[in-house]
Amino acid sequence: MSKILKVQHLSKTYRSGEHDLNVLNNVSFEVGSGESFAIVGPSGSGKTTLLGLCAGLDTTDEGEIWLCGQNLFELDEDGRARLRNQNVGFVFQDFQLLPTLTALENVIVPLELRGVKKAADLGKELLTKVGLQDREGHYPSQLSGGEQQRVALARAFANKPAILFADEPTGNLDDETGTKIEDLLFELNKEQGTALVIVTHDLELAKKTDKSIRLRSGKIEETVG
Amino acid sequence: MGKHNTGFSWLLKMAWRDGKASYGKLLLFVFSITLGVAAVVSVQSFSGLLKENIAKQSKALLGADYLIESDKPVNDKVMGIMDSLGGADAREINFLSMAAFPGNNGTKLMEVRGVEGGFPFYGELETTPVSAVNDFRNRGALVDATTMLQLNLKVGDSIKLGAVTLPIAGELETVPGSTSVFGAIAPPVLIPFQFIESTELVQTGSRVEYKYYFTADEGQDMAVLGEKVEPILDAEEADLDTHLSEARRLGRRYENFGKFLNLVGFIALLLGCVGIASGMGIYVQMKIKSIAVLKCLGASKRQSYLIFFVQIACMGILGGLLGTAIGYSLQQLFPILLGDLLPVDVDIVLSLQSVLLGLSLGLAMSVLFALYPLMKTLYVSPLQALRVVQETKSRSKRATTAVGLGIVLFVFSFSFWLLGDFMRSLFFVGGLLVVFLILTAVARFFMAMLKKFFPYSWSFIARQSLKNLFRPQNQTLVLVLAIGIGTFLISTLYFTKDMLLEKAAIEDSANSANMILMDIQNQQVDGVSNTIKASGYPVIDKIPIVTMRVETLNGRHVEAIRKDTTSQVSRWILNHEFRVTYRDSLIDSERILEGGWVSSVDADSDVPISVSSDFADRAKVTIGDAVTFNVQGRIMNTVVQSIREVDWSRLQPNFSIVFPSGVLENAPQFGVMTTRTADDKGSAQLQQQLVRDFPNVSILDLKRILSLLEDILGKIGWVINFMAFFSIFVGVAVLMGAIYSSKHQRVKQGALLRTLGAQSSQILKMIAIEYAVLGFLGAFMGVLLAVLGSTLLAYMLFETTFTLSWVPFFVILPAITLLVFALGVGNSISIVRNSPLSVLKKEKE
Repeated sequence: MSKILKVQHLSKTYRSGEHDLNVLNNVSFEVGSGESFAIVGPSGSGKTTLLGLCAGLDTTDEGEIWLCGQNLFELDEDGRARLRNQNVGFVFQDFQLLPTLTALENVIVPLELRGVKKAADLGKELLTKVGLQDREGHYPSQLSGGEQQRVALARAFANKPAILFADEPTGNLDDETGTKIEDLLFELNKEQGTALVIVTHDLELAKKTDKSIRLRSGKIEETVG
Repeated sequence: MGKHNTGFSWLLKMAWRDGKASYGKLLLFVFSITLGVAAVVSVQSFSGLLKENIAKQSKALLGADYLIESDKPVNDKVMGIMDSLGGADAREINFLSMAAFPGNNGTKLMEVRGVEGGFPFYGELETTPVSAVNDFRNRGALVDATTMLQLNLKVGDSIKLGAVTLPIAGELETVPGSTSVFGAIAPPVLIPFQFIESTELVQTGSRVEYKYYFTADEGQDMAVLGEKVEPILDAEEADLDTHLSEARRLGRRYENFGKFLNLVGFIALLLGCVGIASGMGIYVQMKIKSIAVLKCLGASKRQSYLIFFVQIACMGILGGLLGTAIGYSLQQLFPILLGDLLPVDVDIVLSLQSVLLGLSLGLAMSVLFALYPLMKTLYVSPLQALRVVQETKSRSKRATTAVGLGIVLFVFSFSFWLLGDFMRSLFFVGGLLVVFLILTAVARFFMAMLKKFFPYSWSFIARQSLKNLFRPQNQTLVLVLAIGIGTFLISTLYFTKDMLLEKAAIEDSANSANMILMDIQNQQVDGVSNTIKASGYPVIDKIPIVTMRVETLNGRHVEAIRKDTTSQVSRWILNHEFRVTYRDSLIDSERILEGGWVSSVDADSDVPISVSSDFADRAKVTIGDAVTFNVQGRIMNTVVQSIREVDWSRLQPNFSIVFPSGVLENAPQFGVMTTRTADDKGSAQLQQQLVRDFPNVSILDLKRILSLLEDILGKIGWVINFMAFFSIFVGVAVLMGAIYSSKHQRVKQGALLRTLGAQSSQILKMIAIEYAVLGFLGAFMGVLLAVLGSTLLAYMLFETTFTLSWVPFFVILPAITLLVFALGVGNSISIVRNSPLSVLKKEKE
């Protein structure tokens, strides 16, 4: 299985006032194509920082990240943005739909950024797939939490990404809705062969993935699978 | 790796999608820019139309293609020139004189115009009845229609001008060559030319104008005519006026006023832009999460920046278009506001130039002022989508400086385009920058001091309100700027108007005159004096006047100076017949600037004279310089002994040249007397008696002139206030924008406070205190800056002392504070209307 994400000796330090705060310390792991991968750990263990770095949302001076064959830290901000647009999908804990765009408009933004023609038709298909075909003209504020996360899933899979990063995708949802979203996430993962990297507190969710790592104080404490 | 595949259409689409959900906020930006553009477009377009209409109607204003005029009977040489031009088509003699109306004992100072020939050749002599246009030419008079109404005269009544009595043939509605402003002081009366001599009113000292009207051949070039004839006419103390030069002269007179109004409008626009800059800052702050998400989804820095750039550009274009439409409608009001101050009827049309001006101003100003806050979008990290991160990158210093310079350069270029003068534009932009900087400094200083000396012992409500003034994303700076500049403008205009009126006002003391009697012949002095005293009024001043012309300046004959093309000496000095007085002391309106005053002389040596500063400036003479005068044929050598500053705006006889006593007493002279009448009835009775006994004496009723001046200043003041109120309107728009932009934050804060137990009334009190403080601070600074600005204007422009008027402090300041308070509280009521749960739930979502 070819490696879609390679993280090697990654460290991240933040300057906090007069002190340095070491958030990640010599972290290395790999994720293969179509594989599902979970990053677990308590609050403050560095999970979200690691996800941000893997997706090219932030940079560091120590270590390397190879995403889809590209060394992320050799690209500038716009280069990383292009890489994300072509290969990466996102699902956030608080959904992060653009509040001024309708459900359909939110879904097709990544497609339009790639210059895909008939983006609206594809967007409608995706909304149908997540069961929201009747809600395409609704704004995020008019949708429930579960519906918003389904729109976010449709958006994340819109450009058929090679890898999808999900930050606590069910963290803001009740158990029943959360389970439905998890099922949909894995279903799309299988269907499109997209690698899945999930940051979560939820050990049950982590168990559903092919591999996982547990972080504590910025270090890998345990690797499973 | 490929480039982003999106084009401009996607940016437009995204800008539209985002914009339609935020249209409330964006419309406030549009509103701010619209009013400013409307102010500039209305004035600029109206000035252009006025100029165009003056040019179009220039022949009708003059009544002919060109005329040759002189203040003395023309000599053979001028006659020869006129003959070479084909001879005059019509001629006119005019002067000011008292007219008596025997039917009702009325009297009035009028401009007597004796006309002959087919005048006017262009424009119309409008009369009631229409047939009077021809009827009066044999034996009759056309009397100004307003005068007829005021004095209750009717066609067929008589008018007595000196020794001649004529029947009134008709009411004169309009006549080319008489301006309505001057016409209000001395309205016109037209009589046949042949009766002028028999009026016996053309005497020593009478100011008489001789005019010869010409119609030009088709295609005759007025400029060429001017070049050929003017130098010869100049030498003979005559002038050529073509319809083109008349249009230019009139155009210039209104241009300055237009430029001033344009600047007032431009300030309103700048104020709107300050609102845009501040509103955009808050708008971008609210969009940070969205920008971060867009970047997560793969949008580049440029793309996320351009989405909002396109939005603001569209708002600018929309504001520009709406502003142009409103400006076009507004200019319809100017003819109503200015009334008969306008020399021509102005046809209001919408020009392409106005539309382009409005569009480009709306676009350029909104984009320029939004650039700085928009730069923030470039530095939003996509990581913000995952968590709150502290901003590490600040705006590039180079880009910030470039934006600042761009704004200053644009404002300067536009001012230069409006004013056409480098230094004035520099002063305008500099002055504006100083006002902006002072207000900014005061707002910042206020916040810093409040933070440093925070009154921790005050009540919870007071402390919370004061904290709002320096919390993050506070509105203190932008509101102090908007309120301060609006108040500054209104107060400065008020102070200036007050200053001008006070300068012109007649002192209300027993010693100051309210009536001036002119053209009193030497033999009439005792008679006039006795008539005044017999009516029970004092003769305050008896001023002797001798007419003379400059013969040489420092030994050079005026003829030689005229021929010298490099000479800086004004034509007024070389051609004018000066009215000179002699006395032994200075009067109230004079102050010695240089040299020393000489009260009297006996010797036959050069006479030490005193000249006004503008005479010295225009004649290029200074202390000790020799000036020779031709005093009605006798040459008199003088030397400049002192230079005086003369306050010409005082309604009293003032003189450019004053001789000491003991020199001119025996020269042919006439006189001016001043008196003070008790009331209108007494004034009318005295005037009737004087006109009956001394028909050549002209009487100026200063009370009437002052009320006329007040009327003119009132009309101009209306237009200025109208424009200044634009600044207040824009200020209100900016204020509402600022309140609206920060509403989200206030709603959340209000909901949290109420959750913790605060009552609605307590929250409203907090808001009320905050806006009252902001309103007072901004308005107070505005009035203070206006005092500073008006003092500078008084010393530098009006050359007078500044007298403080209390109205801005006791009326404008509380009114604006109240307005800000009411708007602030009124717009915040919805904050306490929403239930805390619904607000917090919405916040969570």
